[in-house]
Amino acid sequence: MAINVIDRRLNPSGKSLPNRQRFLRVAKETIKETVVRSIRERSLKEVGGKEVVNIPMRRIAEPRLHHAASGGDRDQVFPGNKEFVAGDTLSKPKSGAGDKGREGAPDGEGEDDFRFTISADEYLDILFEELELPDLAKRKLKQMESHKLNRAGLSNSGSPTNLNLVRTMRHSLARRISLRRPKSSEVAEAEAMIAELEALDPRSAADEARLVELRERHAALSARARRIGYIDPVDLRYNRFEPKPQPMAQAVMFCLMDVSGSMTEDMKDLAKRFFLLLHIFLNRKYKHVDLVFIRHTTEAKEVDEDTFFNSRETGGTVVSSALAEMRRIVEERYPVDEWNIYAAQASDGDNYASDSKTCLQLLTEEVLPICQYFAYVEVYDSRQAEIFHSSLNVSDLWKDYQTVPAEHANFAMKRVFSKADVFPVFHQLFSEQRNAAA
Amino acid sequence: MSKLLFDTGEWTFDTLRRTYDAIEEIAVGEMGLDPYPNQIELISSEQMLDATSSIGMPIFYHHWSFGKSFARQETMYRKGYSGLAYEIVINSNPCISYIMEENTMTMQALVMAHAAFGHNHFFKNNYLFKEQTDAAGILHYLNFAKTYVARCEERHGIGAVERVLDAAHALMDQGVNRYGRRARASLSQELARAEARIAHAEENFNDLWRTVPGAAPKRQVRPQHGEAMSDRLGLPEENILYFLEKFSPKLRDWERELLRIVRNIAQYFYPQRLTKVMNEGCATYVHYKIMNRLYDKGLIGDGAILEFLHSHSSVVFQPDFDDPRYSGINPYALGFEMMCDIERIATNPTEEDRLFSPEIAGCGDAMGALKEVWANFRDDSFVAQHLSPHLTRKMRLFNLADRAAAPHYEITAIHDERGYRKVRRALARQYDPGLRDPNIQVTGADLAGDRRLVLTHRLNDEVPLAERDAIAVLGHVAGLWGFDVELRGVGADEAQRYRYETSAPTPA
Repeated sequence: MAINVIDRRLNPSGKSLPNRQRFLRVAKETIKETVVRSIRERSLKEVGGKEVVNIPMRRIAEPRLHHAASGGDRDQVFPGNKEFVAGDTLSKPKSGAGDKGREGAPDGEGEDDFRFTISADEYLDILFEELELPDLAKRKLKQMESHKLNRAGLSNSGSPTNLNLVRTMRHSLARRISLRRPKSSEVAEAEAMIAELEALDPRSAADEARLVELRERHAALSARARRIGYIDPVDLRYNRFEPKPQPMAQAVMFCLMDVSGSMTEDMKDLAKRFFLLLHIFLNRKYKHVDLVFIRHTTEAKEVDEDTFFNSRETGGTVVSSALAEMRRIVEERYPVDEWNIYAAQASDGDNYASDSKTCLQLLTEEVLPICQYFAYVEVYDSRQAEIFHSSLNVSDLWKDYQTVPAEHANFAMKRVFSKADVFPVFHQLFSEQRNAAA
Repeated sequence: MSKLLFDTGEWTFDTLRRTYDAIEEIAVGEMGLDPYPNQIELISSEQMLDATSSIGMPIFYHHWSFGKSFARQETMYRKGYSGLAYEIVINSNPCISYIMEENTMTMQALVMAHAAFGHNHFFKNNYLFKEQTDAAGILHYLNFAKTYVARCEERHGIGAVERVLDAAHALMDQGVNRYGRRARASLSQELARAEARIAHAEENFNDLWRTVPGAAPKRQVRPQHGEAMSDRLGLPEENILYFLEKFSPKLRDWERELLRIVRNIAQYFYPQRLTKVMNEGCATYVHYKIMNRLYDKGLIGDGAILEFLHSHSSVVFQPDFDDPRYSGINPYALGFEMMCDIERIATNPTEEDRLFSPEIAGCGDAMGALKEVWANFRDDSFVAQHLSPHLTRKMRLFNLADRAAAPHYEITAIHDERGYRKVRRALARQYDPGLRDPNIQVTGADLAGDRRLVLTHRLNDEVPLAERDAIAVLGHVAGLWGFDVELRGVGADEAQRYRYETSAPTPA
């Protein structure tokens, strides 16, 4: 009997995927810690990709009843004797374990940490597991729908472009058959016979009689064909379309940042981390996310990402300029009924005192109503952090903005003192929003 | 015209088939091996990773620990710390061997000789496998297990199933019948019975009975104490999983069935744990013979035999104890050396061999002697019977004694006249499951009283348990038992050495 080698290579792979999901479930707490820590410690470019997770063995231990590595009386046979003779003694290592190393561990699993890699998707799932879109945003999502036409059966009326030819012809055929509309071939046949008889010369009496009969018949047939239309208005069927609401799948994210001289690199870095989180977050929720970077000193300008984060300018600070710029861009490029608009503003809190009123008015009357969410983060460098940590010392802008949240649920503000704060603050902003609205 | 079966590293299905036939002719025709029918399956490296992480079985139920082992192996593999298994072979009838597409043709030949004939012959003929495993039923049973576990997950939630499986896995080593006293149902009978149980329960379920008034609850069975109770429970019982499955007061039916599945699978794998050295020794010896014979017959070329020898010698490499690569005695090396040694004793014995192994020395029929050995021994008895002074010298084995009372380790025996028997006995004891696994039995379960379950560990040579793990496992036992559990360590003098207690888990 010849052996048959069975090729299993085409069998579906990834058979152990359910096992992996179960494993991630068990190891979740640790993975979460790793993810959060990576946000705090990693440089921006690395965040959001694959992540190596270290899990202490004890958390995912599979305990078995087995002998301890040492203790009691035991014998062990080794290969490769060089100079020992029976009766030789060796000193024991000081504290139990030691130079015998890991030999005591059953099946060689003595390692302390378990390392494995989670994919970018798994990473983000965990990162945003507890963060939900603000409820307000969801409500708005429902309100501000765009529509798409969906096929919805047939109708008796409609525009000619939507005529459903197949259905129409089927109805027409049925009607023609049931009302016995003469076929065009019958009419043609009668005509042919008439022509044949007319061609005869001379015609017999019988032929004449037949000719008359045929002419009557032809007249009756064509009259019937005329009365019963080939296609009648009752045959007509049109494709029907119904507009179906479509949740918007695109969002635009505005990053507003003060780049005046008072913003240090430190502070920009904090702001950047916050923006980055928001960006990742929106990317998870929307098919398409546009980014708009607006930086401002005394006047605002839209710039590209690199300039936004890396170039410096000097000057004073007029916050309202950025808001005005944002409004202008929205009007120009992002119709409110097509885009979900998110904005995040980072600043050290400086603002010209005279701008305070304009700024507030612009924010509450023009910007907030069109935004799904507006987050303001005030960043501090480590030196300032000590001074400002108590909430008594607040900046000008903070003071102004403090009056906002009560009226507008889609506005939130937080202060960020260090890298370690970024994620918790981000988390708070979104979970608070959720709780408040719930 | 060249007789070579293949002359490049690339394999094709045709060369695989022709090589298999040539190997079969040698294995069965010349060596007289008696394997199950073979089924060779070709898989990719990713599928190999998949399979090795579910303890090598093609079908298995889902559990997070397999995901963990997959993650670990994948990391190790991707970083190049460890290679993949070249082959997986399943003790089933027909015997399924997986070979990997990345292997060269020489490796495929080696793997077929090793797995499809070496391991296969051993599975079919060794007494432990014959007694304790059901090669014909295993795949059906695994399929049933997988479906059953999946169905339980659907009905009762992944978490609930996981708790039971975690606990059952922790007791897997204590879930086997070591001495085969009970007549065990074969796995196919098991399967039929399990399905019948489920069907019966489903057919006869009628919620009405619960509501029928009248029938007073049956009178309490008169509490039994002491001997009577122990007898009824069959105490002492070494198979803790079995005991919990049968007598745990709190488990529900599906939970008992899960324990049963884990127990049956543990029992299926138990002989493989007891015959690691012999099994690998047998397979390695067989592939070595076959490959050399293929070369002698001119069926494989110089390149192939050199590639084979390179691979073979790294498989049977045994580093010395002081080598940084040393990680215990390599079962492939010891097994292969012992098989070769038996062949030498049978065909070309010395005076010393006649003294130590009179029954095979000089009998001339090496294959006959080996087949006899493969059929009737397990690792500990095999070493005790067949580790010759010659091999002890060759491997320069020595025994190191670690006595708790002594301040030093002592070398008690080396490869000399006085030491042969001592080394042999010590090595055999190393493979003795009675000594290797802790001896833990269920000794008390006060079903009429507070239902406290008592496990007794009889310490062997005062070797203690790994405490942290033991306490963790005890927690699992308490979870399955539902009431307090204690584990008592008792020395040879009947005095208590330690005692761990776990109270019953509070219902979540």
